[in-house]
Amino acid sequence: MIKDITRGFFKENPVFVVLLGLCPALGVSTKVVNSIGMGAGVIFVLLGSNIMVSMLKNFIPEKVRIPAYIVIIASFVTIVQMVMQAFMPDLYKSLGVFVPLIVVNCIILGRAEAFANKNNLFRSILDALGMGIGFTFALFLISLVREILGAGTITLFPMGSWDGIIVIPILSNAPVRVMALAAGALLVLGYLKALWNVFEARKKEPVS
Amino acid sequence: MTYIAILITFVFISNFVLTQFLGICPFIGVSKNVDSAVGMGFAVTFVMALASIATWAIQHLVLIPLKIEFLQTITFILVIAALVQLVEMVIQKISPPLYKALGIYLPLITTNCAVMGIALIAVRSDFSALESFVAGIAAGFGFLLAIILMSTIREKLDAEWIPKHLRGVPIAFITGGLMALAFMAFDKALINNLFPGL
Repeated sequence: MIKDITRGFFKENPVFVVLLGLCPALGVSTKVVNSIGMGAGVIFVLLGSNIMVSMLKNFIPEKVRIPAYIVIIASFVTIVQMVMQAFMPDLYKSLGVFVPLIVVNCIILGRAEAFANKNNLFRSILDALGMGIGFTFALFLISLVREILGAGTITLFPMGSWDGIIVIPILSNAPVRVMALAAGALLVLGYLKALWNVFEARKKEPVS
Repeated sequence: MTYIAILITFVFISNFVLTQFLGICPFIGVSKNVDSAVGMGFAVTFVMALASIATWAIQHLVLIPLKIEFLQTITFILVIAALVQLVEMVIQKISPPLYKALGIYLPLITTNCAVMGIALIAVRSDFSALESFVAGIAAGFGFLLAIILMSTIREKLDAEWIPKHLRGVPIAFITGGLMALAFMAFDKALINNLFPGL
């Protein structure tokens, strides 16, 4: 049980280990707040699709299962799209084309095919939560590095009188702009993945 | 002339892979050798060209007249999935050698964000039918260019010594990042300089 939820975090982290869902991970990670918003959207869709697929697994004919999954996923993406547009228009605008693109995020279809159609409802929910949180965590890491270096700020949600932006003194005057652009995203992900490999190797054979 | 501008924009200035982060998964996953990269690139170009025109037709002839634009995401993904299936069957019937070359890549294309991306971007930019088609081909060529460059570099990298933890995917990302740096040289000024008055 515990394994179902922690697997998405470390052993099969969708972004760093399985390398799925890279487009949104790179595309929206210019600001921390965007990556949290994107992560929330993906968690919702993943949860919804895993629940539906796991409940309907005995009714969906084997041959048309992929199209059926796609329709289920697309319905949940449409819900996310409408809710975001209505209640968080700024976030919706800054995520842009990547909100409807959740539908082609391979993590979601991958979990439906590899996990939810073989396991019961409860385990599918845990799996969706673990994977979704693992994805959000990866996005958060990438966006944290990119925003600190690329803009010298950390943008979180505004709360009360606080506008939600942490300014880092020296970097905000002379940010490394390239980190906010496409090149920076690929470089950051490359180095983070390398760092991840180092930790993985350390865990396997403890340094004496 | 606007068609040339669209072509240059989607191939170089806003290259799908290197500046817009669309189609990164196959860009990293299928770029280990040049042959499969070329196959994947052409398959994607082909589907993108067809998908952009098909989704234009759906958007302007079905969704807008019936005022059901909110169903865009569902219909587009279904149209693309059906189209990929159709293309697969047609190629299998007409040209078995081509099917052999592209066959294994076709099912992967349904979940390629570049295809869905061009459909959405063409609709959001208010392109006409022909403009969407040109944009689809251009974006496909941009993907083809990027993946061929990448696979050529990666074949060379195989022969080099690379620190242990950077081997494989991390070095591929870093290579991609450096390529994206090079592509930053293309910007809107390129069109203005080449075709003044556009």
